[in-house]
Amino acid sequence: MSGRTHLGMPSFPDASRTSTRNTTLRANLGHATRTIRGKRDRAVAELADWDRLRAAGAAVKDRTLRHLDHYLEQLEERVTAAGGRVHWAPDAAAARRIVTDLVRATGEREVLKVKSMATQEIGLNTALRQAGIAAYETDLAELIVQLGDDLPSHILVPAIHRNRAEIREIFTTRMGDWGRPAPEGLGDDPAELAEAARRHLREKFLRARVAVSGANFMVAETGTLVVVESEGNGRMCLTLPETLISVVGIEKVVPTWQDLEIYLQLLPRSSTAERMNPYTSTWTGTTDGDGPREFHLVLLDNGRTDTLADTVGRQVLRCIRCSACLNVCPVYERAGGHAYGSPYPGPIGAVLTPQLRGTGTALDASLPFASSLCGACYDVCPVAIDIPEVLVHLRERVVEGGPATVRGTRTTIRPAAGHAAERAAMRAATWLLDHPGALRSGQRLAARTRRLHPRRLPGPGAAWTATRDLPRVPAESFRDWWRRNRPEEGTDR
Amino acid sequence: MSAREEILGRVRRALADVPAAEKPGDVPVVRDYLRVHDELTPGQAARLLAENLAEYRAVVHRTDTAGIPGRVAASLAARGSRRVVVPAGLPEEWLSAAGPEVERVPDAPDLGPRELDAVDTVVTGCAVAVAETGTLVLDAGPAQGSRRITLVPDHHICVVRAPDQVVCSVGQALERLDPARPLTWISGPSATSDIELSRVEGVHGPRLLEVVLATDR
Ligand code: SF4
Repeated sequence: MSGRTHLGMPSFPDASRTSTRNTTLRANLGHATRTIRGKRDRAVAELADWDRLRAAGAAVKDRTLRHLDHYLEQLEERVTAAGGRVHWAPDAAAARRIVTDLVRATGEREVLKVKSMATQEIGLNTALRQAGIAAYETDLAELIVQLGDDLPSHILVPAIHRNRAEIREIFTTRMGDWGRPAPEGLGDDPAELAEAARRHLREKFLRARVAVSGANFMVAETGTLVVVESEGNGRMCLTLPETLISVVGIEKVVPTWQDLEIYLQLLPRSSTAERMNPYTSTWTGTTDGDGPREFHLVLLDNGRTDTLADTVGRQVLRCIRCSACLNVCPVYERAGGHAYGSPYPGPIGAVLTPQLRGTGTALDASLPFASSLCGACYDVCPVAIDIPEVLVHLRERVVEGGPATVRGTRTTIRPAAGHAAERAAMRAATWLLDHPGALRSGQRLAARTRRLHPRRLPGPGAAWTATRDLPRVPAESFRDWWRRNRPEEGTDR
Repeated sequence: MSAREEILGRVRRALADVPAAEKPGDVPVVRDYLRVHDELTPGQAARLLAENLAEYRAVVHRTDTAGIPGRVAASLAARGSRRVVVPAGLPEEWLSAAGPEVERVPDAPDLGPRELDAVDTVVTGCAVAVAETGTLVLDAGPAQGSRRITLVPDHHICVVRAPDQVVCSVGQALERLDPARPLTWISGPSATSDIELSRVEGVHGPRLLEVVLATDR
């Protein structure tokens, strides 16, 4: 199944040109992001101390990142003491190999999966398939994506680009290839579709011997892993099989048990706009008579230490993958998640992907330009990642080159080959300015731009500002100027 | 070089800007957020818990300790439950009003998922409940059993003793819990919003969560 990968994707402007023409996608996304935005604002407004929680959430992550070696060693020791085994994976290939070998050692030919960005990032399902092991996604949205031979397009709601009629079609035609078929005469009511998924997956849960998960948090002090979810598929995978393998990015560690009081408040409200998500599971190693007998933790680097080496970009590793930044991003709302060409779409993808993978491809070099710098993503981010700041920083790196760490070695990146980067940037900017909706928050844009005080204009204007300071031009004027000087009339949408 | 040494070495090189003498505790973390969001009396906390649970589509019954058996029996009858999973340490009287036609299935290590799939209801207590978020926390201790028994059956009846087991905030709950035990935090029944963001209850976990909130004093 899903032989598709995010690699080999066209650059952001090319991909977004296609997706903005897709009216179903735009309508689904517009509705979805508006709904989540409204709910989130209410959930956050309930807590008088939100800003203080947010500051503490950022500070704890900063402490962890500045002493990551210490916390990783502590985590390893505690997990091991509690009966788990810890494996270290410097890159995606190593992680795939470790997981494949662990599954092979159990003698099983199928594994259940809990939705996990880390396993998507390393392309685990494809690797398992090549090793003759079937991997079944159990999150409803991931199931829709997997059965549709599709790619996820949102962190939290991976099938957000599909409407109920499409989902019904996917279930009717594909479920039978993978186990229990969809019932005769399946309708497209969400409750009916969810019921079909429940029946389809239940057989798999009851016979499963091996499961693969990620984790939202790992507590160094206690060796505890935490998975936050809604459906109960996570609980099924974490407790019914005999062997559990968790693949987790090294940045997911937090120092203490008490720190969870911050993140268990920040995450659900930012993510699903709930006071608390329906289920949270925590486990520390293995427990006799309850849950898996074997627990393996695979600690994944895969570009995270390179990101850590960049003192501006490092803050991106605070991310708790809540997806709030996607739901407020005018560019994401138009372009959809697939245009970002990685499991991490939206604003977080635009700053994380080019750091994890480098900026060597046209796609990755174009990602820092996939933003209007309106700053809405920074405002909602529960761990206060200054995404616009990192975007500007990465634009400079693409256009001008500079020091960077690649696979653990410090190097100097050369400016993107030829004029490729500038062309990509110019096209991204053209696209943005063609879609005034994407720039709707005019004042915000102006305010943000002033706040950032860029010394040089990144992207299209780099050559011009290379020799002079950027005057304090209000953003609106720049846009008007751009419109007047463009050959053809821009059209919204 | 092992993969472990490779990663830790990369981390240390990446952190060359961090002064060698700096200890983790030197990085300031200001915890001026609120321990609880409202100072609640025990009665208010129980009420808030009930409200928040109900908002997430759990069915909440208020009673006192003496009312637990009758309430549990009524819920089993309303659901037509014939087979009930019973965790070790569940107070016997909780099921005392359920008739002999209701079969009690003890939680045991050899109780597999398929057997569990064939029962109607599970009755448990909890370790602590969080009023502000409408959350029940189970820690696999007495009256709670293994994690799978509250997962596979379609109907979960959870008895919460107020005020002893009710705290206001997430922080207060964490303080009471032992991280070495496997924990399950439950806020309402299983739910999904994956299809056009319409909320649907009951995907894989129990579709019906009934909470018997027993308050004395
Ligand atoms: S960058 Fe911030 S808002 Fe975006 S997913 Fe990460 S934590 Fe959430």
